[in-house]
Amino acid sequence: MSFANVTLELLSGFGMTCLLFILTLAFALPLGLIICFGSMTKFKPVRYIVRGFVWIIRGTPLMLQLFVVFYVPGMVFNTPIFAPFGDYGRFVAALIAFVINYACYFSEIYRGGIESISKGQYEAGQVLGMTKGQIFFKIVLKQVIKNIVPPMSNEIITLVKDTSLARVIAVADIIFKAEEILSLKALIWPLFYAGAFYLIFNGLLTLLFRRTEKSLSYFHS
Amino acid sequence: MAYLEVRNIRKSFGSTEVLKGIDFDLKQGEVLSIIGSSGSGKTTLLRCLNYLETADEGQVSLNGDVIFDANTIKQESSDQIRTRRLNFGMVFQQFNLFPQYTALENVMLAPNQVVPSILKAKKAEFKIQYEDLPFIERTRTINREVRKYRKYLLDNNKEMAKELLTRVGLHDKMGNYPCELSGGQCQRVAIARALAMRPNILCFDEPTSALDPELTGEVLKVIRELKETTNSTMIIVTHEMEFAKHVSDKVIFMANGVVEEAGTPKQVFDHPKSEKTVAFLKKAVEDTEYEEIGAVDNV
Ligand SMILES: Nc1ncnc2c1ncn2[C@@H]1O[C@H](COP(=O)(O)OP(=O)(O)OP(=O)(O)O)[C@@H](O)[C@H]1O
Ligand SMILES: [Mg+2]
Repeated sequence: MSFANVTLELLSGFGMTCLLFILTLAFALPLGLIICFGSMTKFKPVRYIVRGFVWIIRGTPLMLQLFVVFYVPGMVFNTPIFAPFGDYGRFVAALIAFVINYACYFSEIYRGGIESISKGQYEAGQVLGMTKGQIFFKIVLKQVIKNIVPPMSNEIITLVKDTSLARVIAVADIIFKAEEILSLKALIWPLFYAGAFYLIFNGLLTLLFRRTEKSLSYFHS
Repeated sequence: MAYLEVRNIRKSFGSTEVLKGIDFDLKQGEVLSIIGSSGSGKTTLLRCLNYLETADEGQVSLNGDVIFDANTIKQESSDQIRTRRLNFGMVFQQFNLFPQYTALENVMLAPNQVVPSILKAKKAEFKIQYEDLPFIERTRTINREVRKYRKYLLDNNKEMAKELLTRVGLHDKMGNYPCELSGGQCQRVAIARALAMRPNILCFDEPTSALDPELTGEVLKVIRELKETTNSTMIIVTHEMEFAKHVSDKVIFMANGVVEEAGTPKQVFDHPKSEKTVAFLKKAVEDTEYEEIGAVDNV
């Protein structure tokens, strides 16, 4: 198997990896915000349920959650729930597990960011006659963003690597493809080659995050 | 009838009563200093006046209008409270500047938030004014006039902010972020920011307590100048006894949530009637002397 063939094969897997990464981010970032508000609400029943849920998701392995999302609904409802998605059934299951898992992690980061803003910032806005909305958007938001960029960067880089877990329910990501080559052609180097894809991707992300951090470094809260 | 009348303000946190019925009056243009030992309820009183805490009982009236009544406050909308709290300005011990904005932007921020609602009212005016124009012409004219007026308002706010920063001696620091300013400079920005909403009464909660000793002077000077040049009505919670003595028209000594003694600085500082006041002032003098000796020791 030539280098070019391996590259093509790995690229097709990497496409899957990227898709899982992008879609997880697209859904988990907003969902995390909703979970965050749920975990901070003054309405106690909601707060306890949401915090309990987050605790369970963060306290158990993502791999286990992948199996649960993929197999348990079918067992409970006694029909293959991901069948309508055809070939993409496995991918959808993996996406759901990733979105739930990462939304919970993101929600905690958001919460940390919001709680790190001192009460004095809200009060200063209040005594100047600003509305709640103005206080949030004009005063608090940018400080929260600044505070959460570093932990978010870490989490997102972890996500890039975590996507490789999806292969446990046979989602054909880049590692899955490299393993396939290993077992069919007895070639080990494509696995290491796959590692280079992750390295480059995360390198680019790191640069992006560093720039974001720098663009917010003009103030200290 | 006094300008500000505070009647029977009571406030408890849980089962501890922190304010046990506070009464005082203040005339327009007067400066009131509130002194008292730690935990006597001074901050809580200021916070009640600024609606940051809701008093359990009592009334506050300004210029004859009731602006706070513990019995009816629950029925008021947050917009009503928001308008009312503009009667008071507040300068915090910890400055609470907005770190992502420059000094100038800090001062302009709140006035600029009001611009959209002013424009809305103005647009309604323009609609009547240009009623006779044909539709397209009319829309275009109104939009142009509104844009012009918006720019006028924003420019005005900027001018005002610059003037205020100049008044507190920071004309050369307008473009600096709070993290680039000293504590004293930050507190002066905070004073300018509070003045920008043109409060009727400006409240200070220990404005110099978070500052290094050598920086307190510049802030106290600004407050003194405010009194002399603009005749502002102010309420100042402070531990700076010398300052309180010289700047105030009226002094209140608080102890355990009550007004233990009130009067002119002369009455309270030189001829205190209450034993608690005597003890407090004696301790304050000792503390200052101790600090001075400490300072000498450090040299
Ligand atoms: N939000 C709160 N919840 C519970 N107790 C409070 C709260 N705010 C203040 N207190 C209590 O009320 C009492 C008075 O506090 P306050 O801050 O008004 O005192 P102070 O006179 O400003 O003191 P200091 O000189 O130390 O600033 C204190 O015993 C304090 O612990
Ligand atoms: Mg206090």
